[in-house]
Amino acid sequence: MIEGILIGLTTALTLQNILMVMLGCFFGTIIGMLPGLGPMTAIALMIPITYGFDPATGLILMAGVYYGAVFGGSTSSILLNAPGVPGTVATSFDGYPMAQQGKAGKALAIAAWSSFAGGTLSAIYLLFMAPSLSKVSLSFRSPDYFALMILGLTAIAAFSSKGQFLKAMMMVVLGLMLASVGQDSLSDITRFTFNNMNLTDGISFVLVVMATFAMSEALTIILKRNDPTSAAKQVSLTELGSIKINKEERTKMYKTIPRSSVIGFLIGVLPGAGATIASFLAYGMERNIVNDEEKEKFGKGSVNGLSAPETANNAACSGSFVPMLTLGIPGSGTTAVMLGALLGFGVQPGPRLYMTNPEIFWSIIMSMYIGMVILLILNLPLIPYIARILAVPKNYLIPLILFFSITGIYVMSFNNFDIYLMIGIAVVATFMRLYDFPMPPLILAFVLGGLMEENLRRSLLLSNGSWEFLWDRTLTACILLTTILIVVWHIYKTMFKKTKG
Amino acid sequence: MNINTTKVISLLFFIFSAFYLYTAYQIQVFAFDENAPFNARTFPIYLGYAGLFFSGLKLILPDPNTIKVQHKTLEYKKTVILIVIAIIYGATILKVGYFLTTSLFLFSSYYFLGERRWVLMFLLSFPFVAAFMYLLHGVLDIYLRDPFLQSIGVMG
Repeated sequence: MIEGILIGLTTALTLQNILMVMLGCFFGTIIGMLPGLGPMTAIALMIPITYGFDPATGLILMAGVYYGAVFGGSTSSILLNAPGVPGTVATSFDGYPMAQQGKAGKALAIAAWSSFAGGTLSAIYLLFMAPSLSKVSLSFRSPDYFALMILGLTAIAAFSSKGQFLKAMMMVVLGLMLASVGQDSLSDITRFTFNNMNLTDGISFVLVVMATFAMSEALTIILKRNDPTSAAKQVSLTELGSIKINKEERTKMYKTIPRSSVIGFLIGVLPGAGATIASFLAYGMERNIVNDEEKEKFGKGSVNGLSAPETANNAACSGSFVPMLTLGIPGSGTTAVMLGALLGFGVQPGPRLYMTNPEIFWSIIMSMYIGMVILLILNLPLIPYIARILAVPKNYLIPLILFFSITGIYVMSFNNFDIYLMIGIAVVATFMRLYDFPMPPLILAFVLGGLMEENLRRSLLLSNGSWEFLWDRTLTACILLTTILIVVWHIYKTMFKKTKG
Repeated sequence: MNINTTKVISLLFFIFSAFYLYTAYQIQVFAFDENAPFNARTFPIYLGYAGLFFSGLKLILPDPNTIKVQHKTLEYKKTVILIVIAIIYGATILKVGYFLTTSLFLFSSYYFLGERRWVLMFLLSFPFVAAFMYLLHGVLDIYLRDPFLQSIGVMG
């Protein structure tokens, strides 16, 4: 492991890569602050740029964007009570009341230090857990992978949209259907191309991500007459107050941070869960643990109430890298986008990644830590100024998002068919978003589609076409049983709710 | 009559899945692969059935979280204009070239979204695109074919 850490440090600490982490954190913070535009959009917009770099640098840039976006989301939660990303909703419960009491600077500092500590601790957990899990996952066979992918897709559908399980499952199927367009990987037979040569190679992953996130979010903002930048205009540089944290507050944080980082990391590792659930759970757990006097302060500007979700959401971000790096199966929509980008680089994540591409594996882990340090140094003193940059009018922001999306596709294919296809998918996605059809399950399914078909193919061929492979191995059976329980529970809940009503 | 749009979308998805399933059965596979445990049409067929299953369930099960969209408050006009501008952009980018079409796309988008600060609109379109093009072409070494710039002798 020491050798790996050194490889990671050597790669991550090059001038170019440090610059990429800084740029990523900065850009991510700005996008993350804009309500509605989350880390997935930020990363999606970065993908075409990353193709100009080597895989390690590209991934380091994207990891920086991810952390920056989560941190940016916390800032808008605290200053404006307008969470930039769902994972920072719980931050606003105590962060915003604190800001209203004239302690916005202190709230930002608590959030920044908690994020830093949560991210750092979880990077250490990842450091130890990822190689061990990689070794364990080497014993996984095709049926286990197939079952794991089914579980991952079901879990993201279950957790990504409250009460909209069936809609999310429909999006999963749609994502898999989109992934099936083009040549079959084994026989080269074309499927669903309708004799259109442009579809022979399938639909580009970047196209789907840009269309369903960046472009459709821009269209949704116009359609709903939202102005994500209007809130930023309210930020006053003079009302932030001191950023110093006193001894009593530090003592409270020392207790909160370790336990919240553990819960955040573990939730992040679970497929489909992620920062939102982690932050709410950490907030709830903290409220139950503290004494009655402190409990009274929750929702009114509690230090514990702010520190817990902030620690947990950053820890969950690192945790979500575990299944992606070790199993090649992303646990969240954001890591699915990163997995797609990795596949674009020709790198296959999975248990062998840390043997075949140790520089990528370890540099991602090390860059997480470097990213945390940079976020702290760069963002804490600059947050008020960054918030002012956000006051760019919507009339400029939207065309620029569309411009980056279309350019991103154009420079990859130099083909206007892809632009039309992207516009078409974006229009459908915008319409579906209006009716709460979630997009992350679609992306995860699109990324996993090819891998899932490949593992099903191998499993069926090895078992001579028999479906017994689903229960032949205890591990496969356990994973599938968990999946079935999730599906049955959610369908039961849908029916029970109505009956009760 | 009050129509639940989510159910309509589910019905459309059900029809789409049926079409997908029909097309999946039409996929031509090699003769020796026809009776293999897995061929090019196996996975799509399962997907088609999964689509029918979930959209069918959504159709028949009660919908406790009905989403009601206030269509009157939505800004359809500007959205449609932006989409049309993007389509025109896509149609002209290969023939005219990246620089001019992208600059015009940005300039017209700012205009139709209600912006009237002409100098800022100009700066954030033509010089901005030129700078971005330099970044792609000059720094990141991504070739951008541009007939317009070639015709006026700016690009080789």
